[in-house]
Amino acid sequence: MADTIVKPPTEEDISRAEMLDLYRLMLRIRRFEESVYRKFHEAKIGGYLHRYDGQEALVAGIIPQLQLPHDKVLCTYRDHAHAIACGTSAREVMAELMGRATGCALGKGGSMHLIDPERGFLGGDGIVGGPIPVSVGVGFALKYTGTNNVCVCYFGDGAMNQGGVHESLNMVGLFKLPVLYILENNRYAMGTALGRSTGQPDFILKANAHGIAGEVVDGMNVLTMREAANRALAHIRETGEAYFLDVECYRFVGHGIGDDNVGGQKLYRTDEEVDKWRQRDPLLQIIRDLKERGYISEEQIEAIEAETKLEVEDSIVFAEASPEPPLDSLYEHVFSE
Amino acid sequence: MAKMRYLQALRLAMTEEMERDPNVFIMGEEVGQYQGTYRVTEGLLNKFGDKRVVDTPISEIGIAGMATGAAMVGLRPVAEFMTWSFAMSAMDQLVNHAAKITYMSGGRIKCPVVFRGPAGVGTQLSAQHSHSLEAWFAHTPGFKVAMPATPEDAKGLLKTAIRDNNPVIFMEHAGLYGSSGEVSEDPDFTVPFGVAAVRREGKDISLIAYSRGVAMSLKAAEILEKDGISAEVIDLRTLVPLDMDTVVASIRKTHRAVVIQEEWRNAGFAAELATRIYEQAFDEMDAPIQRVAGADVPMPYAKNLERAAIPTEHDIVAAARRALS
Repeated sequence: MADTIVKPPTEEDISRAEMLDLYRLMLRIRRFEESVYRKFHEAKIGGYLHRYDGQEALVAGIIPQLQLPHDKVLCTYRDHAHAIACGTSAREVMAELMGRATGCALGKGGSMHLIDPERGFLGGDGIVGGPIPVSVGVGFALKYTGTNNVCVCYFGDGAMNQGGVHESLNMVGLFKLPVLYILENNRYAMGTALGRSTGQPDFILKANAHGIAGEVVDGMNVLTMREAANRALAHIRETGEAYFLDVECYRFVGHGIGDDNVGGQKLYRTDEEVDKWRQRDPLLQIIRDLKERGYISEEQIEAIEAETKLEVEDSIVFAEASPEPPLDSLYEHVFSE
Repeated sequence: MAKMRYLQALRLAMTEEMERDPNVFIMGEEVGQYQGTYRVTEGLLNKFGDKRVVDTPISEIGIAGMATGAAMVGLRPVAEFMTWSFAMSAMDQLVNHAAKITYMSGGRIKCPVVFRGPAGVGTQLSAQHSHSLEAWFAHTPGFKVAMPATPEDAKGLLKTAIRDNNPVIFMEHAGLYGSSGEVSEDPDFTVPFGVAAVRREGKDISLIAYSRGVAMSLKAAEILEKDGISAEVIDLRTLVPLDMDTVVASIRKTHRAVVIQEEWRNAGFAAELATRIYEQAFDEMDAPIQRVAGADVPMPYAKNLERAAIPTEHDIVAAARRALS
């Protein structure tokens, strides 16, 4: 788990178009999260807020490889990026964050509960470790119905100390279910560093203990992430058995709105540490790789930036113009028909 | 119709629903090879195979999550808790996940899952295995809560639960598993949710109960009859949805009520029931509602102490006399 910069795979079979798509997706997520931060401080967005800045490669390197909506995605409350990567429009996500009727959960869910089942996105989960027991059932159903599909389940390093996670990993190992576990190992369980929360930080050992194979991946580089994900997905589709990726990553911002400002992060990590990880920014790395391969020009960079800005601004205009949910929807959706 | 025991009626309901819908499957601790801790699922593994009758580890969080996740993508799990006591480990998956996913998703996710198993008090099982927790679940929006009192309802309500598109908390009473009664063998027979049954007609007082409290109330009604008191016995069948129409109609007739629960008295379901009666029929009441409930103590082991903690038909009779005095 050294902080070394891992070179992207040189023999990666990736086309210029695919690489540009990865860049676009990561940039859209970054700019979206930045705008969300602003809107939160304008009191347009309420509740808790957990941004994905710095971890974009974990989403961009995996979700575009899936066969959505037949493959399924579960994740934590840090879920804006996953929704966008699954194809939920920035408009629907922003509207949900602003509690509008046009949001992807009709304004009932908010930031932690984005969802889009028609696109295979089964939602963000507000409870640390919460999606992992659910992933057992999703994996079970995919196997039960005879598909070759995979459930991808994201969670953080803090979740690894939740009891239900171990019950669930044991069941997935026992029943041999097609689940890809993505440990978003950003090294902090909220404000508690890995070394202060975890007696055994070798998470692959823990996956192996439940009969699940896995590996450590550099999640700061989207090409490395993508290659590992493809390998893992191929393993799962071939064997029907789960796989576990312990993905080294870092969130550039606070855990949530509570430590995003007023130096909250300084209570548990130094500026130097954040700066060091920022040098491995997945966006900087893909730009560098695109340039090295001659895949992108300065004009294109500007054009992509401009179209991204337009999309995010459009989502804000859309959300702010959208109505709040009607009051008579208060009691709707407690039950399904 | 055929005479069968409560647990056989439950088994028949699962058998019929598994034959009717290939997406229905059974899961839980010891449900397969061991034939069910209380033999409710006896023979199902042999009949349906291990794809549809899934023995799980002793992992209640995993069980609740697995059932919830499978339901979210279209299966209809029937997950057994060996007893409802053990479901307490799984409360986050039950309350924060199963009960809320439909609402949190703006109705975009259905969660058709049944969580079933024995509840209720008795047989010297002591503090951790002998209590009734229905109020916890009835309190939580998103759950339907069914508590059958008879073999026929055990079958009919469980079939309705399995066909429902929502999480259903299905609490059986271990003390009723051996009770017998006539049960319809028609595979189309179901008992709808939210329709209470008048188990005995009467004009002087309404005894309102569910689960084993219904049998206790019927015994109490017989004792009261000897004193010339005519008691009506209402079986709620489901706590959510709650059939207040039948309750209020009975109150309009009798103007007096005893509400009965086995669970702890403090903040129990009977308190909700009594409040709703006051809200909807206060002017009809000729006396304060009387409440019969379990003692507010962890269940003691010693026989005499346990007997003192659990309500009986005699407590109902005494409560009825108070209401009529």
